[in-house]
Amino acid sequence: MPHDDDPGDTGRNDWDGVRLHVVTGKGGTGKTTVAAALALALASGGARTLLAEVEGRQGIAALFDVPPLPYEERKIAVAPGGGDVFALSVEPKAALMEYLDLFYRLGRAGKVLERVGAIDFATTIAPGLRDVLLTGKAYEAVRRRGRTGPVYDAVVLDAPPTGRIGRFLNVNEQVAGLAKVGPIHTQAESIMTLLRSRATVVHLVTVLEEMPVQETQDAVEELRAANLRVGGIVVNMVRDPVLPDPALDAAARGDLDHRAVAESLDAAGLAGRGGRASATGAARVTRLTAGLLAEAAEHTTRLEVEAVQREQLSTLERPTYEIPAVAGGIDLGALYDLAEQLADQGMSSGR
Amino acid sequence: MATSGTTRGAPGLDVDGMLDDPGIRVIVCCGAGGVGKTTTAAALGLRAAERGRRVVVLTIDPARRLAQSMGLRELDNTPQPVPGADPAGGGSLDAMMLDMKRTFDEVIEAHASPDKAEQILTNPFYQALSSSFAGTQEYMAMEKLGQLRARADADPASWDLIVVDTPPSRSALDFLDAPQRLGSFLDGRLIRLIAAPAKVGGRAYLKVVSVAMNGATGALSKLLGGQILLDLQAFVAALDTVFGGFRERADRTYQLLQAEGTAFLVVAAPAPDALREASYFVERLAQERMPLAGLVLNRVTTAHAAELSAGRALDAAEDLDDDDGHALAAGLLRLHADRMQRREREQTLAARFTGAHPAVRIAQVPARPSDVHDLDGLRDIGVSLSTG
Repeated sequence: MPHDDDPGDTGRNDWDGVRLHVVTGKGGTGKTTVAAALALALASGGARTLLAEVEGRQGIAALFDVPPLPYEERKIAVAPGGGDVFALSVEPKAALMEYLDLFYRLGRAGKVLERVGAIDFATTIAPGLRDVLLTGKAYEAVRRRGRTGPVYDAVVLDAPPTGRIGRFLNVNEQVAGLAKVGPIHTQAESIMTLLRSRATVVHLVTVLEEMPVQETQDAVEELRAANLRVGGIVVNMVRDPVLPDPALDAAARGDLDHRAVAESLDAAGLAGRGGRASATGAARVTRLTAGLLAEAAEHTTRLEVEAVQREQLSTLERPTYEIPAVAGGIDLGALYDLAEQLADQGMSSGR
Repeated sequence: MATSGTTRGAPGLDVDGMLDDPGIRVIVCCGAGGVGKTTTAAALGLRAAERGRRVVVLTIDPARRLAQSMGLRELDNTPQPVPGADPAGGGSLDAMMLDMKRTFDEVIEAHASPDKAEQILTNPFYQALSSSFAGTQEYMAMEKLGQLRARADADPASWDLIVVDTPPSRSALDFLDAPQRLGSFLDGRLIRLIAAPAKVGGRAYLKVVSVAMNGATGALSKLLGGQILLDLQAFVAALDTVFGGFRERADRTYQLLQAEGTAFLVVAAPAPDALREASYFVERLAQERMPLAGLVLNRVTTAHAAELSAGRALDAAEDLDDDDGHALAAGLLRLHADRMQRREREQTLAARFTGAHPAVRIAQVPARPSDVHDLDGLRDIGVSLSTG
């Protein structure tokens, strides 16, 4: 795990020069949360980032506790030390109309297409076109320039889950193959060039469980085969160790000291008023002890699974960042906290 | 023995009653990604089989080790017996993994003459459609369900219960919508316009249509390049014989889903997103008059010493902190407090769901310290399903 505990650290940035951060992960691993924290981390110290979602779930709005986002970039948060995070929920239909208008000057023909159902077709059925539009919007945002330079220092894309990420990012290649000439062909090729360049990385979010880790490994293989650059692995919802190491070892061997635990529970007054001298007190302590030891045994099983999964992830040889489980759900404060932890571990410079 | 947290006020879901009811012929497991849909479907299938049903489980995208535990090789697309399922109760268990491209190919082969089928199968547009179009997986899952049901009806010795897992869609609702969307596209106006504008509409419309058409093909060929239109036209021309069939098939599957012998189970985990998705799903099923059996709440945190509250455990741990001799017990108490707090949060979420949907029956399945990779693990989950 890349770690830099120097609190005055201003330099470390594993992804220097990257403009497009694609964030994916298995469903339920918290990829929207990580994407949002990363957008905050990248904006901190005066930069400007765009956080874009493409699945129409309004996950960003739910996370930042604001009304559903329209198809329009709007400022959603101020980063620590100054810096702005803008957010956008990319809507395929609007993106398509914008494209027709902007790139191909097809405003009127666009209306005709809408009438015969071609727009619905393009945006709901043919992901070839749908995903080209979604990746195309990210491409446009990365390349957009203002008077003094790029409008956004970085774009963070909350992308489809690992099961579909390869298809999503590679769709432009497929489309370039299907539409062999014409503006869509050219556009698809330009997007592919950006996605395969040093300016793009794909980060994978996982938790320390078998299926998400397996999917992460599969996705890394798929991305590499497609010449897409794999970024960092973000291990989400890591729990702090609660038990001292010797106790864990003993629990793993199944020989935690019942009698000592029972005595401690009694000493803490958990046997009740009569202590263990009373029959009910003694029975209660026996029950509690058995329950606590059973919980400890399950905990160690879980830690063993986690250790195996960590080992699996380390074979991927990618920078790995760990962020904790947040009790009681993610709120804005928790997001800032996660952003800081990502920056501290070198996922952004955290200026 | 783990105490399973019961949701206050939520009626329990009688899973065994559902599995034993010969009137139930199809069980559909749906819900957000990553909540354990496939495992739930497999566990239900195994339990039903060992209680005497003749079951086939249709899985979409199972985790490797789960697939192995059911004896499934890569995408075989035809049901195979699951080794190790106990036949003592007179039942049987088959399982299969969906191969969406092969399923699509089979539909074409079944409905077109051999040379037409050949033309379609080698068309580049068809190849893109059958392997990567959004909704194809959903459409083919429902198509396969229709096929399995037809076979079950034709041959009573085959299966009397089909358990279906649904694809990990962008939205959990996609599998209801996608078949119809794709079906109406394939049978629809646009594709016919592209293929043969003169066929559409009567004479009175001809002029309007062809003007619109020229605009549309002009725009499309400008956008896509001419080649793709030629491919598309060839595809549509070859597909002509199959037209009408797609939408009709999608409609038939939809009706099957609404029928009395079908039971929907919405699967969720006790997390805000998954339960929000479950809520949408429950509402949508009601709207579509699809028969909802209940909610399976997976990976619920349980405690073995539930009589001790989190607050009490933390206080006790603090009392013990002063003496090193009690460090072990203090650690165990904190571990327990953590677990109780998580349990409390989850039950609050579950109670909120029940508040919004008081009639939805719930079965809770305790979280396990490790994943399931064998039939015994699936049996344990089956027991939890029927007692939760």
